[in-house]
Amino acid sequence: MATYYNEEFETLPRAALEALQLKRLRNVLARVHTNVPYYRATFDAAGLRPDDVKSLDDLQRFPFTTKQIMRDSYPYGLFAVPMEEIVRIHASSGTTGKPTVVGYTRYDIEVWTELMARTLATASAHRGDIIHNAYGYGLFTGGLGVHNGAERLGASVIPISGGNTKRQILIMQDFGSTVLTCTPSYALFMAEEARVEGVDFRNLKLRVGIFGAEPWSEAMRGEIEEKLNLTALDIYGLSEIMGPGVAQECYEGKAGLHIWEDHFLPEIIDPETGERLRDGEKGELVITTITKQGIPLIRYRTRDITSITYEPCVCGRTHARIARMSGRSDDMLIIRGVNVFPSQIESILVGIEGVEPHYLLFVDRKENLDTLEVQVEVDERLFSDEIKVLQSLARRIEKEIKDMLGVTCTAKLVEPRTIQRSEGKAKRVIDNRKL
Amino acid sequence: MKVEQISIFIENKSGRLAEVTRILGDAGVNIRALSLADTSDFGILRLIVNECEKAKSVLKEKGFTVSKTEVVAVEVPDQPGGLARILQVLDAESINVEYMYAFVERCGGNAVIIFRFDESDRAIRALLAKGFNILDGEQLYTM
Repeated sequence: MATYYNEEFETLPRAALEALQLKRLRNVLARVHTNVPYYRATFDAAGLRPDDVKSLDDLQRFPFTTKQIMRDSYPYGLFAVPMEEIVRIHASSGTTGKPTVVGYTRYDIEVWTELMARTLATASAHRGDIIHNAYGYGLFTGGLGVHNGAERLGASVIPISGGNTKRQILIMQDFGSTVLTCTPSYALFMAEEARVEGVDFRNLKLRVGIFGAEPWSEAMRGEIEEKLNLTALDIYGLSEIMGPGVAQECYEGKAGLHIWEDHFLPEIIDPETGERLRDGEKGELVITTITKQGIPLIRYRTRDITSITYEPCVCGRTHARIARMSGRSDDMLIIRGVNVFPSQIESILVGIEGVEPHYLLFVDRKENLDTLEVQVEVDERLFSDEIKVLQSLARRIEKEIKDMLGVTCTAKLVEPRTIQRSEGKAKRVIDNRKL
Repeated sequence: MKVEQISIFIENKSGRLAEVTRILGDAGVNIRALSLADTSDFGILRLIVNECEKAKSVLKEKGFTVSKTEVVAVEVPDQPGGLARILQVLDAESINVEYMYAFVERCGGNAVIIFRFDESDRAIRALLAKGFNILDGEQLYTM
């Protein structure tokens, strides 16, 4: 039988869970209406009163919150508490160079820590495990989120963060790591590096891997499990909602990720019409944070495509399961765990004098690592008959993209009109990754 | 005293050089000298042609990125140390050579070298002062 971290809440009967959700939903709607000018204005304009919400279905009348609205409120406009209450600030890359900012109260950090501990327990981690946490530490929520939960669970956490793969392998070997947390592509990259170093994963103590922050597939799961000799499980989270630990696939069922419904209210909508879809139908995941204090979000459009099921699970948890993310309803790319919008690259290119934004993003996966090539057409304003000038232009594009977005790319200068245009609109992205 | 050179941006893939020369050939433009600088991704083809404007416009029509650059054509005595003496003059004046290449034809008994300097006017003055011969466009295009 499964080992729970918080058995009472993880196995709360549906009726009790839904009653709790309704109570918390009404509470959060009232809080944002009182404390966040944006929500007060939009609710009032639509004649929506938090008090009128009598059932969970009434939420459908409320408007969505989008990343654009978060951007317009940069940096603290959607915060629902005074800054004195905020004890932590995280951020993810935004769409125009400015990041999306989230703030946590002491209570929010407490909830996140508990949910992350639940998440790790759901993946079968426990006291005595040595958790090798290779998610990045910093503004990105991955590293610190997993870290807090691992400590709460009572496991031993190695805060190794990303990079320096040789050292990662050495430490996994010598420290006896039993649980690995990182992006799935990095797991495969480590496997390759270990092979080159002559390290056999069968001699390591790794038992379970908790992989997320980028899309992957069942085929990749098979490959990771074989090459790293562990059970690979899917984790889901996003900084706007909290960070890692929003949903986790259970070790027992391995079929969908339990979303912690006592804190997050999920809906699946048609991304075109905004209408709610039936259980099992594929659409965009929308989440309302029903307990969050720092920056509660009402009907936040995640842009992630999935489906939801409320069928009972073999692990005994009563929380709904969302399917593995199968794509995005916008043009966001996830490259080595970093969110990249083509519009961000465009604004960087426009900012470099002379570069006409005729560009193409060519994404591929080589030796299990995502690669990004930015092809830029060389027009007359840009052309120099000296090689060094053109080369330094390419290096500058690479550097600015790295500085602004945190993603390494190769800039390739191409002849004018090499980039295909269809009906006047250029195709901006070619993604050749086979997931 | 300066000579016009056209530079063409070409991607490092097969057939591009052939395409440029075919377009110029079809337009009846004669290539007098050329140099190709390349990296792993792209190259710059530099040409001295008999009809500079025509070459530029036919290539642009075909979608190439073309620019015009002024370079200096210097007559170099065809004997050991000929080029070295020219470079000594430039070095003494702290003038940098961005690139250089040899002209196909000879001028009298002498070779002709095309130079791109960081400071062309100063280079021309320095070389003339030391008695070197600099060719102008008309002389070069019709050689």
